[in-house]
Amino acid sequence: MSKSSRQNTTYKISFIDRFRMAITLHKKNAMTTLLDVFRHPANSLLTILVLAIALALPSAFYVFSSNAKAISSNWSGGVQMALFLKDNVNQQQRADLIQELSFRPEFKEVVLVPKEEAIEEFKQQSGFGDALDYLNENPLPDSIILTPYETHADAASLEQLAQELEQNPMVDIAQLDMAWIQRYQAILEISQKIGTFVSILLAFGVLLIVGNTIRLAILNRREEIQVIKLVGATDAFIRRPFLYSGFWYGLIAALLAALMVNIVLFLLLQPSSTLAELYNSGFSLIGLAPTQTLSLLAIGSALGLFGAWFSVSKHLKDIQPT
Amino acid sequence: MIEFHQVFKRYEGGHEALKGVSFELPAGEMAFLTGHSGAGKSTLLKLIALMERPTRGQVILDGQNISKVKDRHIPYHRRKIGMIFQDHRLLFDRTVFDNVALPLIIAGVSDRDIPKRVRAALDKVGLLSKEKQLPIQLSGGEQQRVGIARAVVNKPPLLLADEPTGNLDPELSADIMNLFAEFNQVGVSVLIASHDLALIARMRHPVITLKEGRTIRNELAEAAFDE
Repeated sequence: MSKSSRQNTTYKISFIDRFRMAITLHKKNAMTTLLDVFRHPANSLLTILVLAIALALPSAFYVFSSNAKAISSNWSGGVQMALFLKDNVNQQQRADLIQELSFRPEFKEVVLVPKEEAIEEFKQQSGFGDALDYLNENPLPDSIILTPYETHADAASLEQLAQELEQNPMVDIAQLDMAWIQRYQAILEISQKIGTFVSILLAFGVLLIVGNTIRLAILNRREEIQVIKLVGATDAFIRRPFLYSGFWYGLIAALLAALMVNIVLFLLLQPSSTLAELYNSGFSLIGLAPTQTLSLLAIGSALGLFGAWFSVSKHLKDIQPT
Repeated sequence: MIEFHQVFKRYEGGHEALKGVSFELPAGEMAFLTGHSGAGKSTLLKLIALMERPTRGQVILDGQNISKVKDRHIPYHRRKIGMIFQDHRLLFDRTVFDNVALPLIIAGVSDRDIPKRVRAALDKVGLLSKEKQLPIQLSGGEQQRVGIARAVVNKPPLLLADEPTGNLDPELSADIMNLFAEFNQVGVSVLIASHDLALIARMRHPVITLKEGRTIRNELAEAAFDE
C-alpha cells in the first residue's frame, strides 16, 4: 500500500479554485462560441438569417396588429347612436327624455332631430325631393342622435346601452351604426388568433432550426467529444459550449429581427402619416417599444438556448468513446 | 490497484470477449497484457476505464467495485486513469500545449497553474520545445509522447496503454516503453496492452497473456507465488 500513497500527490483542487475556474470556463465558452459565429460566417450566417426571419415575422405581425387596434380605437370616437321615437310622444315628453339623456355620463352630445328637419335633410340628400312632396304626411319619426364619450365607445358597452334605451316606452328603435366596426374588430380578432398560432409555429421552427444546427455541430465534433469524454469531461462540460452557441444564435437572430422590423417601420413612417393626414386622423405609426424589443431579444435567446438544450441532451448520449 | 474477479464480457450480438478473467495488479506495479488480436486485451482495458461494463464478475479499482460507479460519475472515475491509445486520439485543431492542458481544464485546475503543469508534463516526455506546434506537424513517436503527456498531466495513479507502440518502429517503441517505466519508477501503476513480444521480453515486467478471452498465463500471480 505504501506505493499507493502516491495518490496523495494527485492534484487536489480547492472548492474556491473550482468555482473560480467554472466562471472562467463560462466566460471562455461564451467568448469562443460568440467568436465562432463570426469566424465561420458561412456556417452560422445562413442559420441566423433564417432564425431572424422566423422571429421578425411574428414581431412584424405584432406591430401590425397593435397598429390596427390603435386605428380602430381612433374610429370608435366617431360612433353615434340614433334613438327613433314613437309617434305618440309629445313635445314635453321629448324634452324630458333629452334632458334625462344629457344627464347621463356616457354621452358627449345629445341632439334632437325633429321629423320636420329630418325630412328636409332627406329631401336634399336623397334627390327624392319632389316625390316626397306627394306624401300626405311625414313618414319619418323624431330622432335623437347620441354621441358617446370615447371611454364608452367600445362595442360591448354601446350594445348594452342601446338595449337599455330600447326599454324606454318612448323609444321605438335604438340604432347603433357600428356593424362595420364590429366586423373590423372581428376580423382583427381572427387575424390575431391566426397570428398567435403562426407565431407559435415559428417559435417551434426556431427551436428545430437551432436544434438541427447544434446537432450538426455535435456530429462535426464527434471525435473531439469522444476524446474529451475519455479524459474525464462531464456532460455539463461538453454541453456548455453548445448551449452558448444556441444562445448566441437566438440572440443575434433576435437583434437582426428587431432591426428588420424597425427598417420596415421606418420605411412605412412617411407613407402612413400621409395616409393618416388624408383621412384627417391623428393616427401615427406605433413601433416596437424598448420593452418589446427586450422581450423579443429574451424570447429569441431563450428559444436558441432551449433548441440547443434539446439537441444536446438528445445527441450527446449517443456519442460514447470506443 | 486493479483486481479482476471472474470477469465475463459478452457484447451485443453474442461475441464473448472475456470468459472469466481474474488477476490483480498491485499498486505501483507495471505489467504487460498480451495475446493475439481479438484475445480481449482492449476489452479488458475498456472495462477498467468504464467504456464498457462487464457482463459478469467484479472489477475493482483502488479498492472500489467499479460496477457501483454510476454513469454520471464515470467522468470522475476516468480522471483517476491516464489512457494512451495506439492512434493517440489527439485533437488536431489544437496545439500540443492545448492538447495536454485538456484534462486540467476539464478537472477545473486554475488558469495560473495550467501552464506550469503542462510544461512539466511536456518536459518529462521531451517535447517542451514543441508546445506551440500542431500535432500534425509532429512525427508519430512525438504524437504518442503528446498522448502520454496528456495522460500523466493530471498525475493519475494508474496509466493504461492500448498498443502504444503499434505504429512505431522498434527504436521509438523502446523509447516509449522506457518512458512508461520511468513513470512506474515514481509510483504510477501501469498496465500496457501490447503484442510486441520481443519488446515486452526486454522490459522485464510481469506479463498477463490472454487467449480467446481467458488468462492462459499470469506472471503477476506467479511472482506473488514466488515471493
